[in-house]
Amino acid sequence: MRLLNASGCLDALVAPEIARGLDAYVTKTVTPLPREGNAPVRIAETEFGMLNAIGLANPGIDVFLEQHLPRLAELGVPLWVSVGGFSLDDYVCVAGRLAARDEVETLELNLSCPNVDEVPENVGEVVAAVRAVTSKPLYAKLSAAVADLGATARAAEAAGADGLSLVNTVKGLALDERTLQPVLARGAGGLSGPALRPVALAAVHTCFGETRLPIVGMGGVARGRHALELLAAGASDVAVGTALFADPGAASRIRSELKAELAALGFVSPDNAIGVAHAGYDATLDPRSRVDSKKSLHIGAKMAG
Amino acid sequence: MLRRERRSVVATEAVGPYTLLRVERGSIDPGVPGQFFMLEAPGRLLPRPMSLALAPSGELAFLIDPIGPGTRALCTLTAGDHVGVLGPLGKGFDLEVERPLLVGGGIGVAPLPYLSERLGGPPAVLGFRTSWHAEAAELVPNAEVVLEPTYVTEAMHSGHDVLACGPEPMLEAVRRLTPHAQLAWEAPMACGYGACYGCVVEIDGELKRLCVEGPVLAAA
Repeated sequence: MRLLNASGCLDALVAPEIARGLDAYVTKTVTPLPREGNAPVRIAETEFGMLNAIGLANPGIDVFLEQHLPRLAELGVPLWVSVGGFSLDDYVCVAGRLAARDEVETLELNLSCPNVDEVPENVGEVVAAVRAVTSKPLYAKLSAAVADLGATARAAEAAGADGLSLVNTVKGLALDERTLQPVLARGAGGLSGPALRPVALAAVHTCFGETRLPIVGMGGVARGRHALELLAAGASDVAVGTALFADPGAASRIRSELKAELAALGFVSPDNAIGVAHAGYDATLDPRSRVDSKKSLHIGAKMAG
Repeated sequence: MLRRERRSVVATEAVGPYTLLRVERGSIDPGVPGQFFMLEAPGRLLPRPMSLALAPSGELAFLIDPIGPGTRALCTLTAGDHVGVLGPLGKGFDLEVERPLLVGGGIGVAPLPYLSERLGGPPAVLGFRTSWHAEAAELVPNAEVVLEPTYVTEAMHSGHDVLACGPEPMLEAVRRLTPHAQLAWEAPMACGYGACYGCVVEIDGELKRLCVEGPVLAAA
């Protein structure tokens, strides 16, 4: 199991020591052109989570390649680049530019940002088009807010995805205490934090059953127990997002808590817990949890204890 | 190294409608006036950004206005409670000024006691809504207090290096009057250390993170 950050929840250029504590660092989504993002107010706390409407603010692929990537490579942590866009061509453009860069280990396709108006309609189509321009491992980041998540995951798998990142935020709204107007300038935003946890668990549980793809589970992970539950639902790796905002040391704390949780329940390693929430499932028979699996070849032997 | 520390509350004091939260300092660097700390608000998901009001020996003190769920939760803390503290964060005031004048409005007075101490007690002009709010002026030596409907800009003397903190309309007015002022802004923040991209403000025509570029910015 690897511990990652959720895309958009950590800037390794301003907090490199936090990124170095992860098994892989996932960048904020990169698009072909620079984007300033949405006007403020962009964040709001809600009763059991937070909303954000950042709007894919990023320097664009040119500046990313010239200025950010060389500095990120110095971190010495495997790099995942989150790839975004508003059309098939956008995804192909960014993924194609990254294809030849050895500093980049994996591409995560952000197919589910709730904070932009134009979102890709066909996950399979985007994955297939990107697959054609890169041999790098491709993870499809999906939203749970679709009619049939299992079908979407199968489409990603059929199109050549190597894994799934589950889940992105879901749309939520917060109103100001006094004025009853939306707190966020954009209106609605993406809900993350504790409120997203059961949604993420269900999504991981569904997609584990529907595909053979390894899954990075994320959504409200703030304790070792939360990571353990995502593993049990079928995640092979876990990402921390909103919890990093309150506590930059969240990842290392979660790692040690997870170790204790696993030991308490008699698991010798995190990989032995993968999928145990599924009735009759034997983790030792699944290639996703074996050290010599295709996944592990991509990863190297980054087995976090 | 970014590390959230756990500290005990030494005491809380009412200052007009505000609460002065005094926290054990331990090894935490109090930083430069105008820098801020993220304080864990009891029962809330996100911490709240607070500039340091005072740095008495062995303590960090924050002046808090209970205006929302997070600040209200912080004001319920009592001596002996524990609180997560991350900081100092951001960029504070440049203290290399010849003729400092501190200008504050409302809860914007928060960073000025510590700033005043570090600058040797320069003159200050503070504006408040009511005389009850103006009790916070007692934390700042050499302060001239104005109450609404009088604005601080009407009481500001010329020929000074202005260091100001207050509501946006006040900062805009100060900026028009003194283009070389240093202004401390505020914005909603989830993290305070550049991770969330939530606190952007327009700087030089671009949206930039206030927690990274500020919160103290040059007016011009």
